[in-house]
Amino acid sequence: MVRLKDMGLLDAQHLREKEVPGFDTEPFVEGPRLAERRLAVITTAGLHRQCDKNFSLEDTGYRVLPGDIDLNDIVMSHTSVNYDRTGFQQDVNVVFPLDRLRELQALGEIGSLADYHYSLMGAGWLPHEIEPTCVELAGFLKEDGVNAVLLVPV
Amino acid sequence: MRPPRALWVPFDLGRPMGTPDEPDFQRRVLECGLSLLARKSGPVLADFLDDAPGSKPEDTSGWVCPVKLAPADSDRTVSGLRAQLEQEMTALQPWYDLQLEQKGRTTVGVAAANICDSAKLIADFIEDTSIDSPCAYRPLALMLKYSVEDLKAWYFEAAMAQPGGSGRELLDWFWKATTAGKALLQLASSMSACENKTIQALGTKSIVPRAYERFVPSTRNIP
Repeated sequence: MVRLKDMGLLDAQHLREKEVPGFDTEPFVEGPRLAERRLAVITTAGLHRQCDKNFSLEDTGYRVLPGDIDLNDIVMSHTSVNYDRTGFQQDVNVVFPLDRLRELQALGEIGSLADYHYSLMGAGWLPHEIEPTCVELAGFLKEDGVNAVLLVPV
Repeated sequence: MRPPRALWVPFDLGRPMGTPDEPDFQRRVLECGLSLLARKSGPVLADFLDDAPGSKPEDTSGWVCPVKLAPADSDRTVSGLRAQLEQEMTALQPWYDLQLEQKGRTTVGVAAANICDSAKLIADFIEDTSIDSPCAYRPLALMLKYSVEDLKAWYFEAAMAQPGGSGRELLDWFWKATTAGKALLQLASSMSACENKTIQALGTKSIVPRAYERFVPSTRNIP
């Protein structure tokens, strides 16, 4: 995230005043080497395929981004207007770096990539509001054998 | 949020991997983040201190608008705005087509409508806030929001046919210089004054970025 001093005053003030609840626990586990891991991406950029339903104004759901997705097919229907979209419009990898991950997998740096990645619309939710969706996704990731998740916010 | 392992990056919101079309830099950011998986205790919050290529104010790109825009003091009536928007889009169309041909992709499409129809809906609403949704299965509020996002995407993609152009340059160009930007500022004003609560909320928060809200005209100043 950009340094507060590099943001406009209103945007910086908005972030300073954000409600940021704490958590009771700090889960932390070790795992195998990256070259032996199976990795999925979860983006909160409100991305989806052209054929998918757009994110609605208050949408705590998710959209599936298949591992073999054509990146040229991805659009963004996030509600927020307070972040830059021109980077995404120029190169989807700046928010969803699947080409880079595929390259790292080809080099053997990453063991494998998940069959499915997931997209949510971030920014507007408190943790307890989005938790049911996250629990559901955790189940899908376990079924896919995923043992590393890259969370990419915008 | 305290995830187990986090990499802080100094990039603009919306660009978590730094800079578009900079694969080497993007890969470096990714490798730095993924290397945290090897840490044996945490939570970890590491810093990625390098600025994104081309992100500093002094990194002027030399980007120029590909077309001549209407002067700032041109006709501000709704009919004048509609005519200028049409002229502007006609002038930009070859640049959008060129960018589409070069990139092989477009991010325009969330409204599932022709871009001219999206622009027309925006002008129609400014002229008459009691219009119906043009879509049988989407309320007017959503159609306005998606039309706005498509119009912005269409303009930015047309602008990107010219090399360079940082996010901030393109945003300034759109909101301060184009007729489309002027139309969306007026749209936000009209939506904010609407009795429909969903349209009103969208007009207040979800059409114009905070950084440009000061340019939204007050309702009584719309001709």
